[in-house]
Amino acid sequence: MKQLTILILALFMMQACSNSPKKKTEEKSTAKLTLTAAGATFPMPYYNMVFNQYMVKTGTQISYGGIGSGGGIRSLTDKVIDFGATDAYLTDANLQAMPAEVVHIPTVVGAVVIAYNLPGVDSLKLSNQLLEDIFMGKITKWNDPKIKENNPGLTLPEMAVTVVVRSDGSGTTHIFSDFMTKISNLWAEKVGVGKALQWPVGMGAKGNPGVAGTISQTQGAIGYIGSEFAFAQKIQTAKVQNSAGNYISASIASVSAAAQGQIPDDTRIMLTNSDNPESYPISGFTWIILYKEQNYNNRTKDQALATVTFLDWLVSADAQAEAEKVHYSPLPVAAAEKAKAILRTITFDGEALLK
Amino acid sequence: MNSDKITKWVLLLSSFIILFVTGGMIFSLINGSIPAFKNFGFGFIFSNNWNPTEGKEIYGALPFISGTLITSVAALIISLPLSFSASLFLGEYFRGTKMAKVLGTMVDLLAGIPSIVYGLWGFYVLRPFLIDLGIPNQGFGIFTASIILAVMIIPYATSLSTEIIMMVPNELKEAAYSLGATKSEVIINVIVPSARSGIIASYILSFGRALGETMAVTMLIGNANVIPNGLFSTGNTMASVIANQFGEADGLKLSSLMAIGLLLFLITGIINGIGKFIIKKMA
Repeated sequence: MKQLTILILALFMMQACSNSPKKKTEEKSTAKLTLTAAGATFPMPYYNMVFNQYMVKTGTQISYGGIGSGGGIRSLTDKVIDFGATDAYLTDANLQAMPAEVVHIPTVVGAVVIAYNLPGVDSLKLSNQLLEDIFMGKITKWNDPKIKENNPGLTLPEMAVTVVVRSDGSGTTHIFSDFMTKISNLWAEKVGVGKALQWPVGMGAKGNPGVAGTISQTQGAIGYIGSEFAFAQKIQTAKVQNSAGNYISASIASVSAAAQGQIPDDTRIMLTNSDNPESYPISGFTWIILYKEQNYNNRTKDQALATVTFLDWLVSADAQAEAEKVHYSPLPVAAAEKAKAILRTITFDGEALLK
Repeated sequence: MNSDKITKWVLLLSSFIILFVTGGMIFSLINGSIPAFKNFGFGFIFSNNWNPTEGKEIYGALPFISGTLITSVAALIISLPLSFSASLFLGEYFRGTKMAKVLGTMVDLLAGIPSIVYGLWGFYVLRPFLIDLGIPNQGFGIFTASIILAVMIIPYATSLSTEIIMMVPNELKEAAYSLGATKSEVIINVIVPSARSGIIASYILSFGRALGETMAVTMLIGNANVIPNGLFSTGNTMASVIANQFGEADGLKLSSLMAIGLLLFLITGIINGIGKFIIKKMA
C-alpha cells in the first residue's frame, strides 16, 4: 500500500511539472506585458526608478536583472531577454560574434568617481600623475609629498593608501581603465583597458556596492565607483584633473559637458577625458542593446512593439528629466535624437515598428 | 506489476537522476575547461599569471589553488584545538549535563548560520578588531579569511567528533576506570585511540568544507589575484574567484574559470576520498 502511495505521489508530481509551463503561457497572454532585461549594475539606480514609473504609467512591467554588462550581452546572445544593458559598447569584433545585428541605444550619462575615506580631508584634488601613482602602487602613504604638493591647503594624515578595486568584471572598471589609459602611458603599457584587469595593487570587492562599502569602512581607502553609489553612502569624492588641466568634481553639469562633443550615428563612443574644459573626465554613456530584427525566439509583435515603445520613452525628455534625481546626467539632445533615429530602424519581420 | 517491482523501478529511476546530474556536471565542467587546457596546457595549474586584459589574456590557477589550500589548512589548524576540546567536553566530560545541552545547541546553531552572515560579521566586527591589533592590509587577507573559515568549520568537526567520542564503548572506559585511571588518562589512552579514525575523518570532512567556502571568504580575503606571500597578505581562493568573475566572463576567461571549478571539484573529491578511506581503514 505504501509503495502505491509513493507511486501516486510521484505521478502527481510529474503531472504538476509538465502542466506548469502551459499554465504560464496562458497567463501571459491575458496579463499585462512583461519585458525582461538584464545587464549593467552601473545604471541600475536610474533604471529601477524609471522602469517602475513606466509600469505605473502604462502597466508594462519590466524586470531587470543586474548581472553585469557581460551577463547582459550573454543573455542577449542567448536570446533570452528583450534587451540587454552594458556600460562598454560592443566592439566591431563583438558585434560580428552576435547571432544577428545589434543596435546600441544610449540611455543616460554617468560618472565614475574617485571615492576616498580620509577623516577630515574633504577637498582632495587628484592630478593625472597622482592617479597613475596611486593606482600603480607608487604612492603608499597619504602624506606623500607628491599629494601634498598637489593639495597645498590640506593636512594629510600619515596613513597607508589602500586601493580598492572591483574583483568582478565590470563596465565601471572599463570606463575607469579607459580614462587611465588615455592619461598615462605607463598604465596603457602595463595594465590597459578592460572590464577586468591585472591590477598592480589593491584589494578587490564585488560590485559597486561592495567597493563603496569597503571604502566607507576602511580609513585610508581610495577606489572608483559609479557616482550614485558614492552619493548614496555619502562617501567623499575627489576632484579629477581633466584634459584642460582643470580640477572638476562630478556633477550633473560637468558630466553633461563631457557628452557635448560629436557623437557617431551608432552612438558607440567613449566620453572619457573629453576636451571640453568644463567636463568631468571619467564620464561615459551607458547603453541598452537589442536586436535590430525583433522577431526572434517566438516573440510576439506586441512584445517587440512594447520594447521599442518603452525605449522611445526612455530617451524622451520626460524620462531623461528623472535622471538627475539619482545623480545621472540626461542625454545631450544630439545623442537623444540619434537614439530615436536608431529606434526607428528596428523592425519586426522587416517592417519598422515605430513610425 | 506488484508493488515491490514498482517501488524498485521508482527508486532506480530517482537514483539514475542523481547519477545523471552528477555525470552531467562533471561532463560540462570538463567540456567547458577544454579551451583553457588546450591554450595553456597543464601549465595552467602551475602558472601564477592572471591577466584578463583583452589582447594580453593569460590565465593561471596557482594563485587561487594556493590561496584555497593555505586558508583551509590555516582554518583547520585554528579550529583543531577549539573543536577537539569542545567535542571532549560534549562527548565525555559533561556528557548529558544541562551545560552540554546548551553548548551542543550553540554548536548546531553555529552550523546553521548562512555563510553570508559570517562574512558580514567578519567584515564589520572582526576586521575592525584586527585593524586595531595592527594587522596589515586593513584587516583583509589570508589570516582574516582563515579565522572566519575556522569558526565556520568548528561546528562540523565538533559535532562529528562528539558523535564518535560518544560511540566509544562504555565497557572500555569502565574497565580503565576500574583499574584506577583518571579521567584524562582514560581520554588519552582509551577514548582517543579508539575514536581516532572517526576524529581524523571528521577533520578531513571539515577541511573539505573549508575548501569550497565562498561568500564569507570573498568578503575578507582581499581578492588580489596573486600568490599570497605570507599569512597577512591578501589573496584569493578558487571558489571566490569564480563567484567574482563568472558574470562578465566569456571565451577563454570563462573556460579558465570552468577549469578552476573542475580543479576545485577534483581537490574536494580527493579530500573526501581520503576521509572515507581513513574511516574504512582505521575503523
